[in-house]
Amino acid sequence: MRLAPRTLALLALLALLAAVPPLAAAFAQPFYLDLFRRIMIFAIAAISLNLILGYGGMVSFGHAAYLGIGAYAVGALAHHGITNGFVQWGLAIGASALVALAIGAVSIRTSGIYFIMITLAFSQMLYYLGVSIEEYGGDDGMRVKTLSQFPGLVDLADPVAFYYLVFALLVVVLWVTDRVVRSRFGMVIRAAKSNEARTRAIGFSPYPYRLAAFVIAGAICGLAGALLVNHTAYLTPEFMNWTRSGELMFMVILGGTGTTAGPLFGAAALLLLEDLLQGWRVLPPWVRDYWQLYLGVILVLVVLFAKRGLAGLLPGGRDGDG
Amino acid sequence: MAEPLLAARGLRKSFGALAATDGVDLEVFEGETHAIIGPNGAGKTTLISQLSGRLRPDTGRIVFAGEDVTLLAEPARARKGLARSFQVTSIYREFTALDNVALAVQAHAGHSFRFWRDARRERALREPALAVLEEVGLAERADVLAANLAHGEQRQLEIAMALATRPRLLLLDEPVAGMGIEESQRMVKFLGSLKGRKTMILVEHDMDAVFTLADRISVLVYGRIIATGTPEEIRANPEVRAAYLGEDEAC
Repeated sequence: MRLAPRTLALLALLALLAAVPPLAAAFAQPFYLDLFRRIMIFAIAAISLNLILGYGGMVSFGHAAYLGIGAYAVGALAHHGITNGFVQWGLAIGASALVALAIGAVSIRTSGIYFIMITLAFSQMLYYLGVSIEEYGGDDGMRVKTLSQFPGLVDLADPVAFYYLVFALLVVVLWVTDRVVRSRFGMVIRAAKSNEARTRAIGFSPYPYRLAAFVIAGAICGLAGALLVNHTAYLTPEFMNWTRSGELMFMVILGGTGTTAGPLFGAAALLLLEDLLQGWRVLPPWVRDYWQLYLGVILVLVVLFAKRGLAGLLPGGRDGDG
Repeated sequence: MAEPLLAARGLRKSFGALAATDGVDLEVFEGETHAIIGPNGAGKTTLISQLSGRLRPDTGRIVFAGEDVTLLAEPARARKGLARSFQVTSIYREFTALDNVALAVQAHAGHSFRFWRDARRERALREPALAVLEEVGLAERADVLAANLAHGEQRQLEIAMALATRPRLLLLDEPVAGMGIEESQRMVKFLGSLKGRKTMILVEHDMDAVFTLADRISVLVYGRIIATGTPEEIRANPEVRAAYLGEDEAC
């Protein structure tokens, strides 16, 4: 079997991610363990957004809401003394799916700019809800003293074990979403994105399929939220601020919408660039101090010159997807 | 006489002050090829859109296969066997020709809440789709992206997608629009081969195509049907000549 260059790049990146813990240990740079774990968590969130944005054509500008719901589910349960990981993560995924069902049921009746605005409005509502709950620290947030407990399975306090858990979940999420977009279900949401009038005329009602995709994406992003709050050991409403939704969108667009590998490429590129511009000692202070400006310029150039994102630079598999 | 397969009664549809459909009655019988002709702006596409369910009439009823479908949405009507092609080619440009037709097959193969199996490897979808592509003469182009097909081929693909839904009634909105002479002759020949096997409503400007294919013709002018009859009757109808055919011959 011959693999497309894009698939090879994805496998190479996954191999690199798998090699980070031993390399970080060898060079005594534990910071990189942290950085790449963060990249993988955001990649999972971006993959879920890509399912609806890239494949379904639903430009959700409120996807960080589910990151927040997942984080709050874990943080709130921990705060009340329930630290079992299965309960916490189950609630994170379930609550995100339910909220996605409610938000999606309303939003998907609209399209275009209205869809963008309504998803943004819902996520900002949740953000301000988070800010207003004093019990969980209001807008300051609060420390999560005990990470999710999986007794006998994995100890999240062990950075390497946690790293490989996130890595395994990333691989599973990549695989599952790749299957889903190629299934009958996936073909319907892609068809509805490509040409809605035609899709209705051949006999599909896009709404229930889009809503299901929206719920699946919300659930996966809820899982990413549960990972993120364990990663930071800190719960803050900032997880669902609209700028966070924008970052997720940017990862998807930068990496290449509607491709399997794109969101991972995008998350890695964006977060690595951020880190490099801020922390690379070789760069003069006028770059490091105003790194956001330079990051913006680089992103604009990528979008201008690589319209199909980073994944689009490499030939993909069959039918241009994959 | 038998019940018509499709009957429209007193259809009206206005856009603001403009009555695009102004009291249309239409009957189409099983096996018939029924052409609807009329000058530009007569409301032909508006009428087709009401029949397919894309637009809802302001008043009037549509009965299809003995069932009142007036309030039924377009996807549900499609699943009952009403298929349409669009005047402006409407296909999935970033999918292959075979994918396009396989999607149409899939739309009529039960619900699509199936999340795991690769749809492109399902023989239950691919084989019927390929058979339809063969029927319209596009089998060799099955793996070409729809966007890269020639205009005439895209029009054929559009018909293939409609056929793949195994429709009881085909609504064809200007199937030879924008085609070269040779392409359009091929399309007319193909539609001729469907004649009798499929019930068709054909909206068309190309009078050669209409008079070759139609069993009956309805003439639509300013949202009203001014005459219905066999091609000979329509050709001989002085009102029609004045309203339409005469001016068509002039250009």
